[in-house]
Amino acid sequence: MNLPVIIKFVIDLLAVLLLALGIKGLSKVKSARDANRLAAFAMLLSVVGLLSYYLGTSGIASQSWIWIIIGSIIGSLFGAILAKKVPMTSMPETVALFNGCGGMSSLLVALGVAIFPISGGQQNFDFFKSLINEVSISVSIFVGAITFTGSIVAMAKLQGWLSTPGWTQSKVRHFVNIVFAVASLVAFFDLINGNTSSIWLLVIVSSLLGIGVTLPIGGADMPVVISLLNSYSGIAAAAAGFVVDSQLLIVAGAMVGAAGLILTQVMCKGMNRSLVSVLFGGSLSAQSTASSGSGEYTNITSCSVEECALTLEAANKVIIVPGYGLAVAQAQHTLREVTKKLEQNGIEVVYAIHPVAGRMPGHMNVLLAEADVPYEQLKEMDVVNPDFPATDVVLVLGANDVVNPQAKNDSSSPLYGMPVLDVQEARTVFVIKRGMSAGYSGIKNDLFDLPNTSMVFGDAKKVLNDLIGELKDLGVGEK
Amino acid sequence: MSFISLLWVLLLGSLLGLELIGKVPPTLHTPLMSGANAISGITMLAALTLIVKAEGNIPLLIIGSVSLGFALFNVVGGFFVTDRMLAMFSRKPSNKK
Repeated sequence: MNLPVIIKFVIDLLAVLLLALGIKGLSKVKSARDANRLAAFAMLLSVVGLLSYYLGTSGIASQSWIWIIIGSIIGSLFGAILAKKVPMTSMPETVALFNGCGGMSSLLVALGVAIFPISGGQQNFDFFKSLINEVSISVSIFVGAITFTGSIVAMAKLQGWLSTPGWTQSKVRHFVNIVFAVASLVAFFDLINGNTSSIWLLVIVSSLLGIGVTLPIGGADMPVVISLLNSYSGIAAAAAGFVVDSQLLIVAGAMVGAAGLILTQVMCKGMNRSLVSVLFGGSLSAQSTASSGSGEYTNITSCSVEECALTLEAANKVIIVPGYGLAVAQAQHTLREVTKKLEQNGIEVVYAIHPVAGRMPGHMNVLLAEADVPYEQLKEMDVVNPDFPATDVVLVLGANDVVNPQAKNDSSSPLYGMPVLDVQEARTVFVIKRGMSAGYSGIKNDLFDLPNTSMVFGDAKKVLNDLIGELKDLGVGEK
Repeated sequence: MSFISLLWVLLLGSLLGLELIGKVPPTLHTPLMSGANAISGITMLAALTLIVKAEGNIPLLIIGSVSLGFALFNVVGGFFVTDRMLAMFSRKPSNKK
């Protein structure tokens, strides 16, 4: 072994170690931020290692430098700008977009290698000279394309650019996807057999498969899908590692792929959904309207913002249950204003965070943190549930299914078994909601019918603003 | 590297990934996903390799460069956005005092 090889070996080893420590650290609140930086540093290190290796051995042509610099500057610049500008509420679709681009990158590497085989020179690869290369190129293209189109569809659906087309909820979609899958397999084997022209067929059908699989999945399940696609992009990276013969790529890709799978599993558990039903069950609302979503409300009490303010003023302990609706209305800052006023009056305020509150697990914590809510006031479901009986007022803001008592009481409900917040145990529950429409699941919420529940109809942000005005009139928080 | 040893690398890497994440508080699901996502942009190394080995093959240089751009978009954006999220958590306790 000569010196450049040894240096690269050591750097790669160090980079793998740091990446592993980074992923590990990211799963603990205390170390998460440093771990993220550590991982970023490891990535930089790996680039330095690779470039120094080439400088030390074959050298890097000035022409190559130009293209490296162009690609790096444009990619990094757009990435940094988007990361700085994007609002916290759009985090899930941003992650989806980044992820899709990672998949695209693996796809392009494999395509480039496949279409323009380089011949001659001892430093070059033996592209298409071995079965292994053909297989790894095909896998890289297949997984990369699915990751890319799947992520883009996920992003478009979360952004509201794409709705769920009706046909995707029927059985037809299984047939369509099976056709795509079979066609991908045919192209795959054709390619391995040496028929290079079928590479385009593989690109097209695997792209379509990515779309076909993601399109039927409803908004509530999208985070799971993004997490799964994130795992795929790791696999695509590992496949690209086989293509260019890089152990570091294989290790890092495999690590992300496996970790992504675990995270997907954890998320599914929190939502009481199995991965299979997320992927093949279609959106939950389609199933439930057929079974039990048709119940009518019989005992709805609605009340004005003023009444709500009066009750809040008299309370000792208030629990806020924020949900998706709050995130959509971008009302987290207004909410913080309200709770500040209550706190100044000596009222104890706690936020109850359901594991899947918001648009993604953990998303609500990020949103509330952005609005300067102290970390200690965010209570997780298991911690806060015993507190509800001793609570005077619960404010439910844009949450629905996660406070549905059906999940505990009605074994025929599709929600049955999902962990929920026991808000009905509190003395008074206010539900701030636009109208009587159902939640993600499309299931009637028994909570709304209970005698201690009052509905405050209106947009979350507007209601909260009115609430601030009412509280001011009552002299709350003006000491 | 022989194919077999690369397969070993794949296997061990996967096992490592499975072990790394045991219990994750729900708070961190989004940042963790976003951070892991940034790491999957490691394909930038493959893109770099492609460019270095293109030897003046212009279409290959362009593909490599575009691929590198996509990967770095993923990496740089991913780490920045994760940091932005995590900054919100870590800021709180110090503010309280």
